[in-house]
Amino acid sequence: MIDLNLIPDGGVGWLDASGPASGMVLSTRIRLARNLAGRAFAGRLAPALREQVVEQVLAAAAPTAHLGQAVTLRVDQLEPIDRRLLMERHLISRELANLEPGIREARPRALLLQNNAAVMVNEEDHLRLQVLVSGVNFGPAWRLIDAVDTELGQRLAFAFHPEFGYLTSCPTNVGTGLRASVLIHLPGLVLTKEINKTLHGLTKVGLTYRGLYGEGSEVVGNFFQLSNQTTLGKSEPELLDHLGRIVQHVMSVEEQARQVLLRDAPAILEDKCWRAFGILRYARSLSFEETMNLLSGVRLGASLGLIPNVGFYALNKLLVFTQPAHLSALAGGDQDDEQLAVRRADLVRRTLEDEVRRSR
Amino acid sequence: MKPCHNCAEVPSVIELTQIENGEVTKVPLCAKCAAEKGIQTVAAHTDTPLGSLIAALGGENLVSPGLVVDSEQACPSCGATLEDFRQAGRLGCEFCYTEFAEPLRELLRRLHGSTTHCGKIGSGTVGPVQPPAEAAQLLRDRLRRAIAAEQFELAAELRDRLKGPG
Repeated sequence: MIDLNLIPDGGVGWLDASGPASGMVLSTRIRLARNLAGRAFAGRLAPALREQVVEQVLAAAAPTAHLGQAVTLRVDQLEPIDRRLLMERHLISRELANLEPGIREARPRALLLQNNAAVMVNEEDHLRLQVLVSGVNFGPAWRLIDAVDTELGQRLAFAFHPEFGYLTSCPTNVGTGLRASVLIHLPGLVLTKEINKTLHGLTKVGLTYRGLYGEGSEVVGNFFQLSNQTTLGKSEPELLDHLGRIVQHVMSVEEQARQVLLRDAPAILEDKCWRAFGILRYARSLSFEETMNLLSGVRLGASLGLIPNVGFYALNKLLVFTQPAHLSALAGGDQDDEQLAVRRADLVRRTLEDEVRRSR
Repeated sequence: MKPCHNCAEVPSVIELTQIENGEVTKVPLCAKCAAEKGIQTVAAHTDTPLGSLIAALGGENLVSPGLVVDSEQACPSCGATLEDFRQAGRLGCEFCYTEFAEPLRELLRRLHGSTTHCGKIGSGTVGPVQPPAEAAQLLRDRLRRAIAAEQFELAAELRDRLKGPG
């Protein structure tokens, strides 16, 4: 099993709830897709050539300021549980983790990680640069990823077309190669049944939404990933500015929905939040889905000041650390669903106890 | 699948429901015969997220009328065809973007509302470099065919690509 302690802050600095509006917006993520010139895209490369891509990227990253001290993980050499662990931390994508049962996956691929910046090598594209920061924080995230891209671009020739821009394996990413997203908590819009209208509105303005783990993942715990749909025809600052404005709008309608709930059904709302807290605080067995839904209730209560003694950092950590691979790692090996549920309840209980004790 | 009612040569991919004088009849058709009747068959290409969009670009021929693109035509560098792209939703290499530039432009317009990059141009970026030597012969063959077919725009592009950058 890999030792994530090797990674400064375990690669989850973005959980620390230090960023703007981090009660509602867990994180901001920006990624840039890049490919090496003169090579077929990763999906069409033989293993030996994919290995060369890994070596080329590692060599280029070594002398840079932003990745020179990076921890490098050879994802193809990791056990499934470790790959799942990295995915649960949002450090690698589903595609790079490749956890489909029955597929023995040995195609060379890697993850480089330094502070908030990371590079996935040989995902769908040769390089997927990504930056993950706390709260809604596009400016710093863009400046960091732009700097990482510039440093790598000085050492690697990226596939680029004068008309189409940066060339990517899938034409949905071509041009800037930029996909920015926020992970946003929208219980108010879900409870007031305004969520579908809001999400439908997003698709009309060039944005899209997904679940907790990006493409193809389900929405759990009222967390939605909002991101830009188009990557071509606008500059990076224009794309980010557009997404940023829409996110601010969604945040304000979510806030309005919460105020409506507080005004029209204060007792029901308060009961819902405290009931969620009560179950999490005392339950002895919890499924992941139930935990996510209850954490959503507690988070809403904490945001509205109804539950005063729980911090967002603790709630954020629970979102990640109550997942199967994390609980299994904590237990020192694979666990079945029943064992996981007991361990999950145990972790949640202890975390909330600590929070309550700290606030006394 | 039943054989095509029209040509009886290939299996049908679609069933055309016709209502005449209150009587409903179902006619099995292959993709080619359906297309001749002006019916789009998209089912074959909708298994990827991009599939329906790619399919909507027009069955066998992805481009606007006048310019013929063969979906079996292969990228001279990586060997990927437009058919591969339709199936997988992924291109094979950077040269696919020049090889299939025309149909891709139409797709990009639909996907992004634009075909032109307006963002960052890093110092390390290069345009598609000269294709590998074995691909040059393929390009020359295509150039000859393009000239013979009086497709002069395509011919000019192929000539430029043979020359390489600069």
